[in-house]
Amino acid sequence: MSVLVVLEQRGGKWNRQSFEALAVGQRMAEAASTNLQAVAMGGSVDALAREAAAYGADKVIALEHPLLNEYTPDGYTAALEQLIRDINPTTVVFPHTYQVRDFGPKLATRLGQPFVSDVVDIRVESGHPVFVRQLFQGKMNADVEGAGAPALLSVQAGAFRAAQAGSSASPIERFEAKIDPGQVRSRPEAPFREGQRSIDLGAAEMIVSVGRGIGEKENLGLVEQLAEALGAELAASRPICDSGWLPMERQVGSSGQTVSPKVYVAVGISGAIQHLVGMKGSKTVVAINKDESAPIFESADYGIVGDLFEVLPALIEEIKKVKA
Amino acid sequence: MKIIVSVKQVPARDSALRVNDDGSWLDQSDLTYEMNEPDAYALEEALQLKEKLGGEVVVLCAGPQRVQQTIREALAKGADRAIHVEMDEGAYGDALAVGRILANALQPESPDLVLTGLQSDDMGYGQTGVILAELLGYAHATIVMEVEPAGDSVRVKRELEDGWYQNVVLPLPAVLTIQSGIKKLRYATLMGIKKAKAKEIRVISAARVEAGTSIERVYLPQKSKQSQIFSGEPKQAAQQLVEKLRFEARVL
Repeated sequence: MSVLVVLEQRGGKWNRQSFEALAVGQRMAEAASTNLQAVAMGGSVDALAREAAAYGADKVIALEHPLLNEYTPDGYTAALEQLIRDINPTTVVFPHTYQVRDFGPKLATRLGQPFVSDVVDIRVESGHPVFVRQLFQGKMNADVEGAGAPALLSVQAGAFRAAQAGSSASPIERFEAKIDPGQVRSRPEAPFREGQRSIDLGAAEMIVSVGRGIGEKENLGLVEQLAEALGAELAASRPICDSGWLPMERQVGSSGQTVSPKVYVAVGISGAIQHLVGMKGSKTVVAINKDESAPIFESADYGIVGDLFEVLPALIEEIKKVKA
Repeated sequence: MKIIVSVKQVPARDSALRVNDDGSWLDQSDLTYEMNEPDAYALEEALQLKEKLGGEVVVLCAGPQRVQQTIREALAKGADRAIHVEMDEGAYGDALAVGRILANALQPESPDLVLTGLQSDDMGYGQTGVILAELLGYAHATIVMEVEPAGDSVRVKRELEDGWYQNVVLPLPAVLTIQSGIKKLRYATLMGIKKAKAKEIRVISAARVEAGTSIERVYLPQKSKQSQIFSGEPKQAAQQLVEKLRFEARVL
């Protein structure tokens, strides 16, 4: 009986979301009075396992294999299937990363279990965990029960406070996985970035960001005027950049830039989690949206519910007045 | 090349969502529906691959009678035929249960490629493609931006986090989950709509599968931040906001 947390690394560095998953694992292990194990996997994970040993797990498992040097869904699934069948945990917790999205459901299906992905909260009711997930791009929450054993879940970035490193060191144990090269069907090439970014939104003090609500490319001028009045950089959510209305390098979110300005003004942005993870470090968030149930309002300090084509001209005028 | 595109019909993006009386699901009485947006991009990719390489595009869609509207739309855009897996109205348990139903319908078709959107806008599991690949024994890649078939394999560009990408080569048959926005979506032409009427929609009943998890309750999320919302006249709301930004947040 134990709770297992699958940590994620890339290029010998821990993904910070791993420690959020570890904190969730700690909570679940405490609630079930069972022990907590964390697995570090890759081609060679000695240093990573030693680092992870400071985070309070009862045991860190080093799962090494030459075929895990590069991530593949086949390799990771084969290795974790063997580990899970061997230690038979009650619960397995993953960070909800792009990589976990790629192999988590495969591993769960291999084990005949549902995968409760992108969990934002967990309650324990009469001894059973209730997992909270978002539906409709964050507009609704749902309580999910019956995840079975092992319960397999991934936790949303930023939804839980990360575990902190302490002074004690958990014991490290090796696990030998058998992976046959013939099992690994995909051939990954080296990751790359496209071009140099000419705008570093990460350094901007003020950002005005525009989303689908703007409707047409021709309407962008209004948002530009607001940015100009504030002295802010212009940014956008993904659909705007996908449409080619603004360059990709102005995209904020999980696939774009991560920003932390003093003021972030979200105009016509509903606030899907992929966008929120890119701007949650902002000090003051202002949302302008006609839909009062848009999830962006949950992250906003100030909000205006209204038609942006009426609100923006009024706002630009007010800002010009106080800046004059 | 034979391509199956798995599409889902979801409540339209700007729907007003209301919880039903017992809190078990949405009040569906006044919902309108549309094709899940990422699936529309999967369909577009499939149609462009067919235009380049020839072959067949088959649409697979599960749900009640209403999903035939989405199926017709896909046929009007250029898909050759469709399979409608008939299911009752309501929430369908978990992604694995639905994946098993779709895989059962898909298996006899023996496609070269299966495309689907990277996630649905309603349930947001982001799992269906990956589950299908595992159940069918196919290789897979998720969050795909570009697809280049080459003989008995396919090279895809995957999106990683923080602006990183990676090319991956997979053997066929394979399942790819397609990222939104990778191509420009086409509109159905009048001719396409006319032609769609003559195209085959095979209706099959869903295999019986047990869902592992169940949704016990749906509800509006609690606000995590104390937000001050101004919803009066635009001019008044703008004045209130600017005052707060000046004297409370002290950023103007």
